[in-house]
Amino acid sequence: MSHWIIAPIVLPAMLAPFIVLAARYHIGIQRIFSLVGVLALIAISAGLSWTASDGTIILYQLGDWAAPFGIVLVGDMLSTMMIVLTSVLALFVLLYVIGSGWDDRGRHFHALFQFQLMGIMGAFLTGDLFNLFVFFEVLLIASYGLMIHAGGNVRLRAGVQYVLFNLLGSTLFLFALGSIYAETGTLNMADLALRAQMISGDATVGIRVASVLLLLVFAIKAAMVPLHFWLPSSYAEAPGPVAALFAIMTKVGAYAIIRVYTLIFPPDLDVTAGLHDVWLMPAALISLALGMIGVLAAKSLDRLVAFAVIGSMGMVMVAIALMTPEGIAAALYYIVHSTLAGAALFLIVDLVKSSRSSLTLSAMPPIAGAALTAGLFFAAAIAMAGLPPLSGFIGKLLILDASFETAFGVWIWVVVLVASLISVVGFARAGSVVFWKANSVEPTEETEPQAPPHFLSYTAAGGLVTLMAAFTVFGGYAQGYMTATSAQLFAPEPYIAIVVETEGKLSGATEEGNH
Amino acid sequence: MEVLVASAVGILTATGLYLVLRLRTFPVILGMSLLTYAVNVFLFASGRLTIGAPPILTDGVTTYTDPLPQALVLTAIVISFGMTAVVVMIALGAYLGTNDDLVDDPIDAEEEDAG
Repeated sequence: MSHWIIAPIVLPAMLAPFIVLAARYHIGIQRIFSLVGVLALIAISAGLSWTASDGTIILYQLGDWAAPFGIVLVGDMLSTMMIVLTSVLALFVLLYVIGSGWDDRGRHFHALFQFQLMGIMGAFLTGDLFNLFVFFEVLLIASYGLMIHAGGNVRLRAGVQYVLFNLLGSTLFLFALGSIYAETGTLNMADLALRAQMISGDATVGIRVASVLLLLVFAIKAAMVPLHFWLPSSYAEAPGPVAALFAIMTKVGAYAIIRVYTLIFPPDLDVTAGLHDVWLMPAALISLALGMIGVLAAKSLDRLVAFAVIGSMGMVMVAIALMTPEGIAAALYYIVHSTLAGAALFLIVDLVKSSRSSLTLSAMPPIAGAALTAGLFFAAAIAMAGLPPLSGFIGKLLILDASFETAFGVWIWVVVLVASLISVVGFARAGSVVFWKANSVEPTEETEPQAPPHFLSYTAAGGLVTLMAAFTVFGGYAQGYMTATSAQLFAPEPYIAIVVETEGKLSGATEEGNH
Repeated sequence: MEVLVASAVGILTATGLYLVLRLRTFPVILGMSLLTYAVNVFLFASGRLTIGAPPILTDGVTTYTDPLPQALVLTAIVISFGMTAVVVMIALGAYLGTNDDLVDDPIDAEEEDAG
């Protein structure tokens, strides 16, 4: 049993207290440790992903306790891909934070950042539902600190809403876990998958309630309509780079839905039949439509991007709700794309904000470094709206292709295409007002010319856009990998067998202990 | 016993939900605490209600109570306690800064929200 799979959780967990205790007054040392930590995370996640890429399932039993009794970490293609995505995103966000000096505007940014990474990594790697709850709380409590970083009344107020909404979500999660435990007597995902199949068709009330509650919890995380209300103001008020890191947090919800509803409650299970097509699909289509209408209606640039995130999550959920191997593969491709695009847009919004008095969509004197920022915005907006040639277009094409022959085909095609048109108009309007019309405004006397943002900030935002371009150029390989990942998700027998049958302390006790 | 526990969970949840839907932070935080109490009792009951039975294997005993929900409740209590402390601090900060403790968006932000 290799210990590497727990490293992505332990490393930030050790770095964060070290940064608080030993380097709290030295921003330079904090930056170095945080950066080295993230680089190490990238290396470790890439190694794990390489190991898992041939279909191997990496299992780690904490304390050597066998599966249903102890907590397990499981790395398959999906989880390792998500931790690679997280650590790469973290690197660019960190570069931006260092370049723009956001980390120096309040205390303990780097420690909270590491704790946030620990929570996200744990949520992707764990094989136990209660452990998933614990890691959700870890990432949330760190995100509360990050969200109100550098303070300010508006930000604190948005922070209260964000915290309260997520506390409600956590309570709901506990209710869901309680019902699942009462129905099945286990919280280990693989063990649950076996027991959910054993429930007879006439005693499904409890497990149905539990599965719907669980779906609601993940839908809150994924900001699906009608549970999206927390997202616009908290993402818009959070510091720019923090909002960029939060781009992966909505994907944690999407990941959890994919994991639970392919492994534990697969689409062909009678107990939860109808959940995806009756409930998930319409909600996803409405999220997509509402998000893109929000893009058109937003009066400030930060809210526009927040609504674009809701819309792109809607797109991901449409693909997930298809619950076919092609649909999930398209969803995975779109998850990677929308994380990169959302993060790049939030960083660019912060670049604009640094030399503009407000982010309202009205003509103001040109910002510092306008040409480069405008170019980046142009590229990121093209990607987010899903126009060729960037990855959003390929992702959308995959989703449309996957939905072509399904019962929802017509609806999906109509909503996706109209929503894309609306978002193109919204982004074009915002871009032309903020960057283009600025040239026709006479600079007033009192506004002093400001220094353009640090080159590291541009490296970060530009790096994300470059990654998207690479993700387009190597789209064939990426899509092949996603298809393999999705095939692994739809054949969960090896996953279950490895988790349940690997020897450890107390293994074999299930047979005698069953009552 | 079952009626007592079930109605306790129900009443706590109902009161908590009512308070959570209020407009000011203090009742909302109280409502959150009531909801977490409700969920703690609910989790405790998810291992079935057994009176006077040991949770650990002992010679000569045939009825056991499920020890796992007790461990889950312990974790949930610690986490919800910490979270309540965090939300109280942030709410206090927002209250002292803006001189009101409403939880909804300020009016100007609401206009931007319309969409």
